[in-house]
Amino acid sequence: MKKDIILAGVGGQGIISIAAIIGYAALEAGFFLKQSEVHGMSVRGGDVQSNLRISDKEIASDLIPCGKADLIIAVEPLESLRYLPYLSLDGWVITSITPFINIPEYPDMDKVLDEIHKLPHHVALDADELAKEVGSTKVANTVILGAASPFLGMEFSKLENAIRFIFRAKGDEIIELNLKALKAGRDLADKIIRT
Amino acid sequence: MQKLLLLGDEAIAQGALDAGLSGIYAYPGTPSTEITEFVQKSKQAEKNNVHSTWSANEKTAMEASLGMSYSGKRAMVCMKHVGLNVAADPFINSAITGANGGIIVVAADDPSMHSSQNEQDSRFFGKFSMIPVLEPSSQQEAYDMVYYGFDFSEKYKIPVLLRITTRLAHSRSGVVRKDPRKQNEVQLPSDLRQFVLLPAIARKRYRNLLNDQALFEKEAETSGFNQYIDGVDKSMGIIVCGIAINYLLENYPNRNIPYPVLKIGQYPLPHNLVEKIANECESLLVVEDGYPLVEEMLKGFLPGGLKIKGRLDGTIPRDGELTPNILATALGMKETKGLAVPGLMVGRPPSLCNGCPHIDSYKALNEAMATVPKGHVFSDIGCYTLGALKPYEAINSCVDMGASITMAKGAADAGLTPAVAVIGDSTFTHSGMTGLLDAVNDKSPITIFILDNDTTAMTGGQDSPANGRLEDICKGIGVEPTHLHILRPLKKYHEENVSIIKQELAYQGVSVIIPRRECIVSVDKRMREKFKNK
Repeated sequence: MKKDIILAGVGGQGIISIAAIIGYAALEAGFFLKQSEVHGMSVRGGDVQSNLRISDKEIASDLIPCGKADLIIAVEPLESLRYLPYLSLDGWVITSITPFINIPEYPDMDKVLDEIHKLPHHVALDADELAKEVGSTKVANTVILGAASPFLGMEFSKLENAIRFIFRAKGDEIIELNLKALKAGRDLADKIIRT
Repeated sequence: MQKLLLLGDEAIAQGALDAGLSGIYAYPGTPSTEITEFVQKSKQAEKNNVHSTWSANEKTAMEASLGMSYSGKRAMVCMKHVGLNVAADPFINSAITGANGGIIVVAADDPSMHSSQNEQDSRFFGKFSMIPVLEPSSQQEAYDMVYYGFDFSEKYKIPVLLRITTRLAHSRSGVVRKDPRKQNEVQLPSDLRQFVLLPAIARKRYRNLLNDQALFEKEAETSGFNQYIDGVDKSMGIIVCGIAINYLLENYPNRNIPYPVLKIGQYPLPHNLVEKIANECESLLVVEDGYPLVEEMLKGFLPGGLKIKGRLDGTIPRDGELTPNILATALGMKETKGLAVPGLMVGRPPSLCNGCPHIDSYKALNEAMATVPKGHVFSDIGCYTLGALKPYEAINSCVDMGASITMAKGAADAGLTPAVAVIGDSTFTHSGMTGLLDAVNDKSPITIFILDNDTTAMTGGQDSPANGRLEDICKGIGVEPTHLHILRPLKKYHEENVSIIKQELAYQGVSVIIPRRECIVSVDKRMREKFKNK
C-alpha cells in the first residue's frame, strides 16, 4: 500500500485539517506517514500545498516526485490544477468547484471548470452546497475528504474514527456534523465513479 | 514507547524536554517558530517549570541561554537562519567561552526562500566558529540528535549547533521517545573565569578550542550519525548531507543503491570516512540541501584530482532546495512527468488579509505621499512587507530586522526627504530601538511608522514584547511628545490620519506615528476562543 497525495488550496482554507484526519487514520491503520506542510508568509492568502505520503513500507522523501502523486485533493478549483505535473497519469483529482477569488486576474470560471472536466480522472463537486445540506458550509473540507475517501487505500471507518478523535474537544454536535459531511462526500463520489 | 506524529520542529522540542531542558530562548522566525511554541504548550514543560517565553531578539536569546548554561542547566536557543546573523556575536564567542550546562543552538535554514530574504547555510557558521554541527535526516534523528547533542555539549563543554532545513522543520513523521531525564541542578563552572574573555584568558581558551577539534572529529567518526554504506559500483561514490539521503533513497524504490554512500549528519567532517569513499570511488557526487560546503572543502581551490560533481559544476542547481527529481537528474535517471499545467493558470501570491489594519495605514500613507515622487519609503520584515506588492506598492525596501529606520536615516543624511520608515511593533523592539536612538541623536528629518497590531503576526501571532509600552519607549529614547501620534487605522478616520501624516512629513526632525489596531487574524482567533469557552 502506497498513496502519495497532494493537498491544495489557498492559505487559511484549512487543508492542514484534512491532512490531520488522514494522517491520524493512517497511523491508526499502522502505516508509515510523512506530511510536509507550509507555514509562514505564504499562508496569508497565497497558494498552499501539503505533500502527504502514506505507505506500508518506510518512506524516504518528504516530497513527492513529479508524475508520482496518486491523488490531488483540492479545496479550490484553480488550485486543483496548479500541481498537475506531480500527478501520475492514472491519478485522480478531487476538487471543490467553489472558487476563492482574492486575485484580480482570476481566470474565467467556466474555463477553469472546462480544464477540470478535461482531466482523465476527476471528481468535481459543489462541496459548499453539500455542506450546507448537512448543516453548515463550515464542513465543506470534510465533504471533500469524504469524496476523496474511496482513493485513500483505507477503510472508511478509519476516517470516521479519526474525525471522532480530531474533533474530540469540540463536542458531539460538531463530530456528528463532520461525520455526516464525510458520508455525503463519499456518497457523491461513489455515484460519480460509477458513471 | 508509542510513536508520536511530530513536525521536525516538534521532534526537536520533545527531544529537548526529554533530555532535561531547563529553558528555551527564541524569537519567532519561519521555519523555526514551532519548536518554542511546542514547549510553550507542553504540559511536561509546565510541570517541570521550563522557561519558554519569547525573547526580544535572537541575540538576547543566545545570551540568556549562555547565562543558563553558566548556571549549570541545559538551554536551547532557536532561530531561523538569518536570526543567527543577529546572534552571531554571542554565538561565535560562545565557542571560546564554551558551555557549562549543555547548550544546543538550533538554526532552521530556508533553501528556496519559502519565507525568507536569503538561503544562507548555517553550517558555515559552525565551521567559522569551530562549533560542532548536527544535521538530521529525519524527524526521529532530529529527536535523537538533541538528546545526543546535550550529552556532547556537557562532555566537551561546548555549545552544539543543530542545523535543519524547511522541509524537515515542517514535515510530520512518527517519532519514538526515549525515557525523560531530570534537569541539572544549579552548578557554577569549575573555573569562574571560564566566561571572562579578557585577551589573556581568551587566547588560552581559543587554544583549547583548537585542540578539541580533533576530539570533535573523533566523535563524528564514531557517533553513528555519519555512516559509510558500501556499494558494488565504484564508478561513483555519493556523499549526502542531512535530508539529502531521503531524496537519494526515493530514486531506488527497493533501497538498493548500487554506489557506495557516505551519509553525513555530524561535523566537523570525518576525514577517515571521506578519505575512504574518495579512495574507493572513481568520482564523487556531493548532495547538500543548502550551499556546497562539503563540496568546496573537498574540491579545494585548484583543479585536478578526483572528479567531484555537485552544485559547483551544475550537476545539481546552484540554488534552491533539493527534490527527488533533482537527484534523479543528477543520477542520470529518466525524468518522471505528470500532466501539464493549463495555460490559464495564474500565480496567487500572499496578500494582506481582508480587514487588516495595515491596509488602512498604507492607504493613508499613499495618499499623504501622493505629491512626493516614488521611492522614499523604507520598510522592514513582517506581514506589512506585502505592502510592496499591488495594489499598494507603498514601500521600497526590506533588508533585515530593523533596517527601515536606519536606512531612512541614512537616506535623510544623503538629502533624500521626506524619508519614511515603516516597521512593525515586534520588529521595532527586536532591532529598531537602537536605530531610533541614532536618529534622535542626529535630529534626522525622518517619519517613522510603527504599525502596532498588538502581535507578531507573520509567524502566527506570538506575543509582542513591548505590548502597550511603545509610546513610553519612544519618549524614553527622546522622541518629542508633540511629534508622537497614535492613529486609528480605520476608514472613518482616513482624512484625519492623512492630515497628521502630511503634517509630520513636513517636520524637520524625528516623528513617530503609531497606527494601532489589533491584527484581524488575532481578533478572529480571540473571538473563536471566547465562543468555544461559552
